Formats: sequence, C-alpha cells, structure tokens
Amino acid sequence: MKELSLNILDITQNSISACATKIIISVEKDTKENLLTVRIEDNGKGMDKEFVKSVTDPFTTTRSTRKVGMGIPLLKMSAEQAGGEFKLNSELGVGTTVTATFKLNHIDRVPLGDVGQTISVLVSCNQQVDFLYVHKSDGEEFKFDTIEIKEILGDVPLNEPDVIMWMQEYIRDGIKSINGGA
Amino acid sequence: MKSLADLEAIRNKTVNKVGLRKENAEETRIVVGTATCGIAAGARPVMQAFVEEIQKRNLSNTFVTQTGCIGVCRLEPIVEVYAPGQEKVTYVKMTPEKAQKVVLDHVVNGKIVEEYTIGKAE
Ligand SMILES: Nc1ncnc2c1ncn2[C@@H]1O[C@H](COP(=O)(O)OP(=O)(O)O)[C@@H](O)[C@H]1O
Ligand SMILES: [Mg+2]
Repeated sequence: MKELSLNILDITQNSISACATKIIISVEKDTKENLLTVRIEDNGKGMDKEFVKSVTDPFTTTRSTRKVGMGIPLLKMSAEQAGGEFKLNSELGVGTTVTATFKLNHIDRVPLGDVGQTISVLVSCNQQVDFLYVHKSDGEEFKFDTIEIKEILGDVPLNEPDVIMWMQEYIRDGIKSINGGA
Repeated sequence: MKSLADLEAIRNKTVNKVGLRKENAEETRIVVGTATCGIAAGARPVMQAFVEEIQKRNLSNTFVTQTGCIGVCRLEPIVEVYAPGQEKVTYVKMTPEKAQKVVLDHVVNGKIVEEYTIGKAE
C-alpha cells in the first residue's frame, strides 16, 4: 500500500466484516521516541488463538483450510520493514485489536497519507457503526467521534456528499492543527 | 478551518432535501470494491472522485458505497453502477478521470460508457 491510511481502511473493513458496532482507530506520533503507532480496536466477533496465528503468517499454514487473506500480512510487513512491530490481539466474542508500530524516521516507512479520506469512506459507508478516531501528536490530541456527528446531523445521513467532504476536511484540519502529519 | 458549526449549517441546508427525497425514492447506487486488492489498486481515490463529482453536479439521488471483493483482482478498481430501471453495469480498471466520465455520461445522461465496462476488458 502507498499510504498507511490505506492499510487502515483495509484493516478496519475486517472489523466491519466481523460485525463490530464500535471501532476505535488511533494514530500516535511520538517524535522523541521516534515512533508512529497505528491501532484499530473493535468489538466484533473476534478470533481464537489458532486462527490469529494463521492470519498473521498465512504462508506457514495449510492453505486448504481457508482462503489466504493479504490485508493483515501486508500491514505486518509494512511495520517490520520500518523497524516496527505488529501485534494482533483477539478474543472470541469480545473483539480484536490490531497494533502496528513504525520507526517514524525509517527510510522504508510508508507515509501516513490522507486519513481524512479513509475515515470519511468508512463512516459514510457504514452508518450503523460508531467510529472514534483519535490522533495524538507529541502530547496533543484531536478526536473525531461519530456519535457526536450523528447527533448534530439528526435525519441527515452520513453519506450526503456535503457531509462526506466536511468530515474529510474537518479531520485533515484537526490533524494539521496538532502537527500530527506523518 | 472546518468546525462543527459548519456541519450544523450543512444539516440545516440539507434536511429538507432529505425529506423530499424519501418521497421519490428512485436512487442510483455506485458501489466500489474496496477489499485489499481494490484498495491497493486505487479504489479510494476512485470513490473520492465519484463523491466530488456528485457533489459538484448536485445529484441528490446518487450515493457511493463500498463492498468487499467483487472478484477479479487484475481488473480492480471495479465499480458497479445501479441506475433506476437499468441492469447493473460493471466498470473495471477505474481511475478518478474515468469516474468523472461515468458520472456525466451514465448517471446524468443515462448513456453507459461501454469502453470501460467489464465486457470490453475481457
Ligand atoms: N477484526 C477482526 N475480527 C475478526 N476476524 C478478523 C478480524 N480481522 C481479520 N479477521 C479474520 O482474519 C482473516 C484474514 O484477514 P485479512 O488478512 O485482512 O484478509 P481478508 O480480509 O482478505 O480475509 C479474515 O478473513 C477474518 O476471518
Ligand atoms: Mg481484510
């Protein structure tokens, strides 16, 4: 993927497929620690231990048991090639948390890219899900919570083009205002 | 800087339109395949181009949604258009520029852009 925000879009769709109703996406930039952390947390149906192993290392398992997905391996590879780590924690019936870290200044780290576009796609296409996006940058924080947005909108749906474009710009502005670009 | 007050203004401007729309329910749906292969091939900017074009032309009954894998990775990004009274049309190897043309020719003027369809690609 050309942007980490595209991995975020892809990984979050796993949460939606797993029937999550609440998804928290967070990005944290810590310049002092030279660290960028991306986390996607859901309350979907979860996976058991065996399955978690098989999705992170698709090539070490018997392929006949299931179709090999590439979304999780791609993010894992992206983190590891940038001196970071990948973690997948999941519990059946409780939910799943995917965490990827990156060395901020690593030459092979993929840029974060347009998070505003990613979040607006997810939110406008999955109106039944509550999303919380949290962006932290060296101690400052920007939050985008669709519960609040839905309250303001009332009967107006989240997939109105004007609303989609507003969400994008609001998130981009919010990230910029805390110097959170990465 | 965009603010929550701007969102409230959008709401107030749009709420009447939404009420009216419920009464004449015919809508066009543009479905973009956004599984891993679709995203890697550029599905997000294609979705973005559709939304921008719909907004620019003020098409009040046209919506963009996403779906999982539509099928053929090498033909991604793939887009399906469901227009009222028409069969589903599948467009392949989409780009933002092609998306603009699909909105103008197909959604606005009802003329399928044959050269971008899956039939032409295979
Ligand atoms: N958040 C999640 N909750 C439950 N199951 C998940 C989650 N993320 C991934 N999975 C499981 O792991 C599989 C592999 O995911 P992925 O690598 O993204 O490939 P794909 O989505 O194409 O199958 C999914 O098909 C799903 O069964
Ligand atoms: Mg996936």
